[in-house]
Amino acid sequence: MPFALLKYALSREHPDDPHFRWKPDLKKTYDVIIIGAGGHGLAAAYHLAKDHGITNIAVLEKGWLAGGNTARNTTIVRANYLTPEGVAFYKESVELFRTLSNELDINVMYSERGHFTLAHTDAAMRTARWRAEVNKHMGVNSEVIDAAEVKRICPTMNVTDDARYPVLGALYHPPGAIARHDAVAWGYAKEAMKRGVEVHTQTEVKKILIENGRAIGVETNRGVIHGAKIMQAVAGSSSHVARMAGLKLPIKTIPLQACVSEPVKPILDQIVVSGSLHVYISQSARGEMVMGGATDAYGLYSSRSTLDFKESLMGHMLELFPFMGELRILRQWAGMADMTPDFSPVMGLTPVENYYIDAGWGTWGFKATPVCGKRMAECVATGRQPDLLKPFALSRFDTFDLVGEKGAASVGH
Amino acid sequence: MKILNCPLNGPRNISEFVWGGEMKPMPDPATATDAQWTDFLFLEDNTAGEITEWWLHAPTNYWFIARRNTLTDEIIETMTYDAYLARQKANASGEAEPAAKPTTGGTETGATSA
Repeated sequence: MPFALLKYALSREHPDDPHFRWKPDLKKTYDVIIIGAGGHGLAAAYHLAKDHGITNIAVLEKGWLAGGNTARNTTIVRANYLTPEGVAFYKESVELFRTLSNELDINVMYSERGHFTLAHTDAAMRTARWRAEVNKHMGVNSEVIDAAEVKRICPTMNVTDDARYPVLGALYHPPGAIARHDAVAWGYAKEAMKRGVEVHTQTEVKKILIENGRAIGVETNRGVIHGAKIMQAVAGSSSHVARMAGLKLPIKTIPLQACVSEPVKPILDQIVVSGSLHVYISQSARGEMVMGGATDAYGLYSSRSTLDFKESLMGHMLELFPFMGELRILRQWAGMADMTPDFSPVMGLTPVENYYIDAGWGTWGFKATPVCGKRMAECVATGRQPDLLKPFALSRFDTFDLVGEKGAASVGH
Repeated sequence: MKILNCPLNGPRNISEFVWGGEMKPMPDPATATDAQWTDFLFLEDNTAGEITEWWLHAPTNYWFIARRNTLTDEIIETMTYDAYLARQKANASGEAEPAAKPTTGGTETGATSA
């Protein structure tokens, strides 16, 4: 028996490791200032500390820890994208997610369920084939299956012809998974703070200090702090924060609504998405049906919920899963989705020296948390755009070199 | 259902309309630089607050202008593109707003769409 364990057992005290090691005071200077304590910012802080030995970091958060879109997504993780650039990026994220519970010493409840993208039209079947071929070429497990196979894997689904839009087949992606989103962010925060990173909530950035085209610090509601490098990761407020740094972004902020039913016993194992019907659904570990649809029809900075959303969602949902008629909605919410013209994120260097951006995460941000954190940390530490992030640079809009993921980013827009 | 007041068709359910995004002037195709096209095609003010924006009434394929607050979702007023241009011209020459009032904005029915 290891001596430490024996000593611990015989000790009179059994001190528990504090989950979060908060530090109350802001220092005057940091090596890196990260704006936004959501999953992405915290993951970047963790990887800066662990992989690059940079621990003098402040993560500033206007609200509370992981209280924005990290807590508002529907927790789906997958890599079945359309472009080789997108597939390579999200594939690394899925690989990191698989070992994340061990890495962060917290149970993120990563659960591989299998992911259907249903097709109801010939056009959707063609896109499914396209995605399957790109996926297989990149080493991602995806295949096109017909309606009978969908029914065999997911017996609760209605694939008969007596629906308004019958299921013709699906893109099936067995590694598709769900995870506990709060735990992902908390795990990154806990491990980053253990390595010396400071997380300051209720700390709003009011101004970004720029000198000779170079970012040098931020003015907050708790005073001015200086940083050698500054990174923003503020989904939903990206345009607002970037404007403080003098940047104009290719982003429209549009609400994305979602809801969950009351919890029931396990009945739906898979994650089911239909781009044509604008719906997606999965059953959480707690038994709730987690449901969402397309983004709202127009831009808005408000998390209000609309009856239109629920009507359109339920109409299609009842055709796919008639048993849903027995369930009641438990709660509803919305998140602010930063939609880009090509449905791909914006990551890396900016025209402002020492200012790094992580934005444009629309409806695809949670699934990229580990890879984005890891690669943004690399970008900030080295000052160079990592190969994996090169296609997603802000400068792609200047060179008209977009990464079109509209066919795979989420449900129809 | 939220109601949007179309200058051509009157008050209609907002589901009949397609959002066209914030109003921004198009650069002259003959002289525009790449940077101007990037700005026009991709970059957005993405304003949190009052904006002037394009809307399309899809069934009649009619484009018009609305002023809306993107924090409160309040439609302040709607107007034809001509009315919008006339107002821009009047503002530019420092005169008061044109006497001809544009059609007023949307209203909401019932409490369900709050």
